[in-house]
Amino acid sequence: MTETTTLLIAEAEERRGRKNARLRRSAQRPRAGRAGIAIRTVIAAVVALIVVFPLYWMIVVAFSPRGEVFEPGLRFWPSTFTLENFAKVFDRFPVMEWFGNSLVIGTFVTAITVVVNLLAGYAFARLRFRGSNVVFLLALATMMIPVQAIMVAQFKLVSGLGIYGSYWGVIFPAAATAFGVFLARQFFLGIPDEVIEAARIDGAGQIRIFVQVVLPLCKPLVAVLTLLTLMGSWNDFAWPLIALKDNELFTLPIGLLFLKNQTAPDYNAIMALALISVLPMVLLFIFFQRYFVQGFARSGIK
Amino acid sequence: MGRTSLRSREGLAGWLFITPNLILLALFLFVPIVWAAILSFQSTKGFGTPEWVGLANYSQLMADPVFWRSLGNTAIFTLATVPFELIGGLALAVLLNSVLPARGLFRTIIVLPMVISGVASGMVAVLLFYESNGLVNKVLTAIGLDPVGWQSEGGPAMMSVVIAAIWLRLGFNMIIYLAGLQGISPELYEAAKIDGASRWQQFRAITVPLVGPSTFFLLIMNVIASFQVFDIIFVMTGGGPQDSTSVLVTYAYRNGFQIREQGYGAAIGIVILLITLAFTFIQWKSNRNRDLVE
Repeated sequence: MTETTTLLIAEAEERRGRKNARLRRSAQRPRAGRAGIAIRTVIAAVVALIVVFPLYWMIVVAFSPRGEVFEPGLRFWPSTFTLENFAKVFDRFPVMEWFGNSLVIGTFVTAITVVVNLLAGYAFARLRFRGSNVVFLLALATMMIPVQAIMVAQFKLVSGLGIYGSYWGVIFPAAATAFGVFLARQFFLGIPDEVIEAARIDGAGQIRIFVQVVLPLCKPLVAVLTLLTLMGSWNDFAWPLIALKDNELFTLPIGLLFLKNQTAPDYNAIMALALISVLPMVLLFIFFQRYFVQGFARSGIK
Repeated sequence: MGRTSLRSREGLAGWLFITPNLILLALFLFVPIVWAAILSFQSTKGFGTPEWVGLANYSQLMADPVFWRSLGNTAIFTLATVPFELIGGLALAVLLNSVLPARGLFRTIIVLPMVISGVASGMVAVLLFYESNGLVNKVLTAIGLDPVGWQSEGGPAMMSVVIAAIWLRLGFNMIIYLAGLQGISPELYEAAKIDGASRWQQFRAITVPLVGPSTFFLLIMNVIASFQVFDIIFVMTGGGPQDSTSVLVTYAYRNGFQIREQGYGAAIGIVILLITLAFTFIQWKSNRNRDLVE
C-alpha cells in the first residue's frame, strides 16, 4: 500500500515537473508576431477543414433525400433533412445484429488480447527465464505478418477447427497478436523495482504479486490497450471478410460492403450505415482522446 | 529457500505467463505460415485432394503480368504515399506544436480519421470521387477544369486511393512527430537563435535531425502499412480499372478467394511475407541500435 502511495506521489511529481517544463518552454518561446500566428491559424484551419470534410460529407449524404448527391449542381447540405435512409437500412438489413456482432467480437477480442498481452508483457519485462529473449523476438516478428499473406492457410485452419463462419473464427485469429505485449513490456519496465521487491520479500508468489501489486498500477496501460484493440477489431475488414459467411453474423464493415454490393447501391443508405458504424469510435475517441494519443505515441517510442 | 529454486520458480511463472499468448500465436500465426508455405507448392481449388506441383506456382508467378503489375502498383502506391505522410506529418506536428489558438481542437480533428475504418473511409471516397457527378468532379467543373476519370482511367484511380490513404494516416504521423518534437530541449533553439540561425536553419539543423528516430520508425510503419493496403483499394476500385490499382494483397485475395486458386494465392502470400520480414528485420536492427545508444 505504501509503495502504491509512493508511486502515486512520484507520478504526481513527475506530472508537475512536466508542467513546469512546459511553462518554462512557453516562457522562453519568442513572442510570435500577430501576423505569424494569424498565418499559422489559417493554414491549420484549412488543413482541418479538408480533413474533416469527408466526415461532414458522410453526415450530409446520410441525411439527404435519395439520389440528391448525384444531381447536377453544387450543393453542400441537404435540401431537406430526412431520416428515411436510417429507417431504410434498419428496415431492410439486420443492422442491429451487425452492430451487436461488432460489439460481441470486439469485446471478446479485446478481453482476450488485453489479458494475454498483459501477462506476457509482464513476464518479458520482469521475470527472468531461459529462452525469454528468443520467444520475445519470435513474438516481435509476428507483429508485422499481414493477414493477407497467410489468409488462405488461416481460412483452412479455421475451417478445419470447425469454427469457420462463427464468432470464434473471427475472434481467435484476431486475438493472436503480440502488439500489446510491447506496450505492456514498456509499461512494466517503468514500474520501480522496490514495489515488486517488497512484495517478494513478504513472500508473495508471482501470481499474487501480479494480481495484487502490479495489476492495480496498470489502469492507464489497460485503458490504452483496450481502446487500441477495440478500435482495431471494430474497424477490421480483411479477416472478418474471409471468416464470415452468413449475413446475420456480419460485422459493420462487412455489412457496409454488403450494402455496396447490392445491384444499384443506395449511397444514402450506405452513408447512413457508415455513420452508424463510425460513431461509437468517434465518441470513444472524443471521450478518451488522451489514452488514444498516448497509445499511438507510445507505440512509436520503441 | 535456495537461490536456485527461487530462480526456477520465477522461470516457471515466466513460462506460465507467456503461455496463453504463445498458444494463440502458435496456432493462428505459426501454423498458418507453415501451412501457407506448403500450400504454395500445391494446386487446389478449395475442394478435393490438393496436388503437389513443386515450384509451378512460383514459375507461374514469374510469368504472370498481373503479378508484376500488382508488385509495381504496390511500389508506386508506397512511393506515392509515404513521403507525403512523413513530410505532411512533420509539417503538421511543427505547426500544431507552435503557439496557436484552438490548438487542441485542430489536433483532435487531424487525428480523427485514424479511428475511422478503412471501409467507411473508402465508401465516402467512392462518393466523393464518383466519376459522373461526384462532388470532386463537380467542383473541378465549377472552377472551369475538366472532370477527371477517377473510375475509368488508371492514373487517376491510383491517385484517388493514394489520397484516401494519406487522409487516413496523416494523423498517426503527426502524433508520433509531436511526441518526438516534445522530446527536443528548448535550450537548443535558444542557442541557435543566439547564433543568429533563421527559423528554417533551426528546422534543418535541429528539428529534422532530432526527430530522426521518429522518422525512421514512421518510415518503416508507413512502408509496411502501404505495402499491405487492402480495405481502401478493395472498396474503392477493387483493383481496377484493368488491374491499374491491383496490389499484391488484393491480388492474393482475388486468387485465394475469388478465383479460388488457393495454392497460387498462397504463393503470392509467401512473397508478401518475405518482403514484410525484410522490413521487420530492418526495424529490429534499428530498435536494437537505439537500445544500445540509450
